[in-house]
Amino acid sequence: MDRFVFLTFDGLSKGAVLAAFALALVLIWRAARIVNFAQGAMAVAAAYAGYSVTSATGSYWLGFAAALVGGLLIGVVVERAVMRFVDHSSPLSEVIVALGLVLVVQAVLGMVYGNEFLPAGTPFSRNALSVGDVPLLSRYDLFVFGAVLLVLLGLALLFTRTSVGLRMRASAFAPEVSRLLGVNVGGMLTLGWALASAVGALAALLVIPTELGLHPHAMDLVFVSAFTAAVVGGLDSPPGAVVGGLTVGLILSYVSGYLGSDVTPMAVLVLLLAVLLVRPGGLFSSTVARQA
Amino acid sequence: MNALTRRGLSLATAAVLLAAVAACSEDANTPPAEVPGVTAGEIVVGTHMPLTGPAAAGYSEIAPASKAYFDYVNANGGVNGRKITYKFLDDGYNPANTQTVVRKLVLEDKVFAVLNGLGTPTHTGVLDFLKTNRVPDLFVASGSRSWNQPDKYPGTFGFNTDYTVEGKILATHIKATHPGKKTCFFGQDDDFGRDSLVGVEQVLGAGAVVAKEKYVTSNQNVAPQIGALKAAGCEVVVLATVPGFTALSVGTAARLGFKPSWVVSNVGSDYLTLSKVLGEGKVLLEGMVGISNLPSPVDLNDPWTAAFKKIHDQYNGSAPFNGNTVYGMSVAYLFVQSLLAAGKDLTREGLIAAVEKGGFKGPGFAPFRYSKENHSGMGGGKLTKVTAGNQEFFGPVYETDSAAGPVNEFKDERPAPAANTIPAA
Amino acid sequence: MSEQTITPAAPAAAPAPAPKRSVALPGFLSGSTLLRHLVLAVLAGVLLFLLTQQLDPFRNFQLATVAAYLCATAGLTLLVGMNGQLSLGHGALMAVGAYTVALAQNAFADKGITGNQVLPLSLALGVLVTMAAGAVIGLAAARLRGPYLAGVTLAVAVAVPAATVTFDETFNSEQGLSVAVEPPPLSLGLYFPNERWQAWVALTGALLTMLLLANLVRSRVGRNLRAVRDDEVAARLAGIHVGRTQVLAFVVSAASAGLGGGLMALLAQSVSPGAFSLTLSLFLLMAVVIGGLGSLSGAVWGAVLLVALPDLTHDSAQLVSLSPAVAQRLEGNLPLAVFGLTLIVVMIAAPGGVQGLLRRIGARVRRRAPAR
Repeated sequence: MDRFVFLTFDGLSKGAVLAAFALALVLIWRAARIVNFAQGAMAVAAAYAGYSVTSATGSYWLGFAAALVGGLLIGVVVERAVMRFVDHSSPLSEVIVALGLVLVVQAVLGMVYGNEFLPAGTPFSRNALSVGDVPLLSRYDLFVFGAVLLVLLGLALLFTRTSVGLRMRASAFAPEVSRLLGVNVGGMLTLGWALASAVGALAALLVIPTELGLHPHAMDLVFVSAFTAAVVGGLDSPPGAVVGGLTVGLILSYVSGYLGSDVTPMAVLVLLLAVLLVRPGGLFSSTVARQA
Repeated sequence: MNALTRRGLSLATAAVLLAAVAACSEDANTPPAEVPGVTAGEIVVGTHMPLTGPAAAGYSEIAPASKAYFDYVNANGGVNGRKITYKFLDDGYNPANTQTVVRKLVLEDKVFAVLNGLGTPTHTGVLDFLKTNRVPDLFVASGSRSWNQPDKYPGTFGFNTDYTVEGKILATHIKATHPGKKTCFFGQDDDFGRDSLVGVEQVLGAGAVVAKEKYVTSNQNVAPQIGALKAAGCEVVVLATVPGFTALSVGTAARLGFKPSWVVSNVGSDYLTLSKVLGEGKVLLEGMVGISNLPSPVDLNDPWTAAFKKIHDQYNGSAPFNGNTVYGMSVAYLFVQSLLAAGKDLTREGLIAAVEKGGFKGPGFAPFRYSKENHSGMGGGKLTKVTAGNQEFFGPVYETDSAAGPVNEFKDERPAPAANTIPAA
Repeated sequence: MSEQTITPAAPAAAPAPAPKRSVALPGFLSGSTLLRHLVLAVLAGVLLFLLTQQLDPFRNFQLATVAAYLCATAGLTLLVGMNGQLSLGHGALMAVGAYTVALAQNAFADKGITGNQVLPLSLALGVLVTMAAGAVIGLAAARLRGPYLAGVTLAVAVAVPAATVTFDETFNSEQGLSVAVEPPPLSLGLYFPNERWQAWVALTGALLTMLLLANLVRSRVGRNLRAVRDDEVAARLAGIHVGRTQVLAFVVSAASAGLGGGLMALLAQSVSPGAFSLTLSLFLLMAVVIGGLGSLSGAVWGAVLLVALPDLTHDSAQLVSLSPAVAQRLEGNLPLAVFGLTLIVVMIAAPGGVQGLLRRIGARVRRRAPAR
């Protein structure tokens, strides 16, 4: 029983960071209708910017802010300088360009910062508070939960309560019509990229200290898990991303704890198949448009 | 005309022209003549290393260090008048890339030998190719026992102390200093973890390891495993982990309030590397016991370290001087020794015979085991301990075999390097 | 609006039926597609045979690698380009073929079975097993669209290599298996270069794959594949069973990937999970898109690029001689950056890929100089 409780809390804290990154993927999907395979590399670049500021000033929070601002800027640059010029008639072109971007960003980071793992600090202690002899959550985990909740609320407000959010969704779904209705479609796209990239940067800041450290490839595996989480939840749904993230986190923890860490990729595949065969658009999909 | 046919024809014309222009092919019935990669003035040697990707951390510094040593030897007249050219190609620790770069080295660059190819999965894939082409495959950078198969792979030799020997020595330490304590094991889920555990159980007894957990590098959350070790009440934990996962294990244990004594295999116990990954968390490494057979890069009182540092400063520019540098230079030193032992008329067979003759003495504490029957590398090591932020050697040099043999103390003193740090002929 | 279907990278690159011209082609050639493809394949085979006589061993190995990749990229082109289904998991399918061939070759060697029939037999086994795997994935994939299909195939790409660790008694974990391969037949000569023999084996496999796929694309099945890609509803109205067509595309594509993987195993004389990682799957996809999804010729460019580009960038990176510290940072990273930039530039400048670009240039030249 102790083991189960321990694994549950471990899975939840892992799931929370996956949820944060899945939210970034959902955001870009809603804003531009693409799966951004470069999201991880862009987030790492922002995290490196934060690392530089933190090591220059000694302040975690200055670095934190710098990474978020860096994330926004990277999003703007990527959209304005690259994605804007990609042929949009096929989602494949965007996928390939994003993969090209991953190679470039990782190579440049490797040239500038070297291929070593750099230590990433945390603002709060990661020492778990124990109940009895079972370690549960740390203050850092609580910080992560808070941050994810904040992003989720922010996105909910943006998309349901503000006109900017409405215009963003309209531009993504029907760019031509939106343009006729006077929406600045290009501006909305840039905004979507910037926001998604900033959320991605936040996720990178949260997840990197819990893994091996800062490295050009630090987000590769996180991307795979978070993409799975977003797909499980339904790419259109921010709450879906959070539920998906927590589910994947829990599955990873239980399977790793009870069966062995090598079994987790197969467990993730089984989870995906189980969810998608019942609901081909993810758990929180709103439309059922598929015919057999 | 059909577009496809037209394209086919134009392609065909191009290919025929190409074929006509190219030189005549060699005869399939004559054996190749002279020794590849060796001329009167040059010896070309190559290797594969991860210079990019997640595995590049640290390892990418080894080949440049070896090259720096070769440059130094070349500046001092080379080996028997021949200068050593060292080509290292990036395989990104991807076995598919290793296939290509090693073929490039052997077939196109015509290297004389492959030296210090890095990694178990990567190098395993090219063993057959190197054997078919009779290329000496010297001093593989991995502690797997696979390199010691003289019957199957007569040209392949290991360098590192293998994981089983390490496991036996670490277990000997545990037996002496932690008698009766609950001992557990955490290792990588491949031959590294497997071989190490074999060594540990060889000394402690099959049932003595209370809990055994495994990890894969693609899953960076080790909390479920470390949690299980904590729940099992482990007091001593043997780690067969790469540096990143040593740091993860120690860090995760700390946040779970789990404080066992750590006993770590060579690959994952370099304090400089670990403290860089852990940052402020490096205090957690206090008391960690490790093992190494090469001198410490921070101990400039060691005559070998001091000598290597001098060469490093002159030939390896602003690269950091650390355990990987010492490792790379030690490999290069052994290779120069082997070349000298193979004599002026350098052939591939001669080089392999020279290594099998053995008897090389260098920076390592425990001796090499090379013989006709044994192609494994160093046969032991010395224990290290982290005290007040310093990793220092303690105790005797241990030596043992990879099977059931006893763990012995090795008493012979290491020789000091020659004044110019170049082995005598 | 709720569904995203994948259309080929550029409408311009879609295979427009070439206008029939009645020049200089013997009647029997223009009559039968099969015969025409057969003649082309034999012609290509003869030329490639001559080419392998001229190339040095390393180039022959690269040629063999291109041929092995070509099986996989051609299959992927059929799936993505002709049928509109996305797969991020073809590297895993190659792994299935490779491991099957490895296990089969080793089993034959253990039993002392040798001879000319061994190689084709284990390759056929590899293809069959991979087809079965492809059918399973295809059944799931037929229900999924766009990013959801991408998600599942991505999970496959990660799970298959990981399975070698879980079942390490069969697959020997990360270290992988070495593959027993017989040397070239003695009848070719005692010192016959092994790489030339490998090139022959791989090229035979690739030509056979191209021949079969080219015929399939031109057949009724091929038209069904494209109809489903272009408009599922219309295809259904036309009496095409959409789900069945999609599963069929996956199975055919998997068979090609399995053959490619099997050939890889023979070339490398070893298999290990690291060689069939997610990176390979992503690179395969990049290759076919850059090559051009519109036709099978694009797959050739893709396969060539997979082998040539890393090599080219490596050589050019070595030209820049710098201080050791800077060189250490650039070493390896520079080729990746160049490769990435090339991808981006090509996708923006020529969304139809190399083949689309060539077609455009060809069309312009033809317009300048009108045919006889």
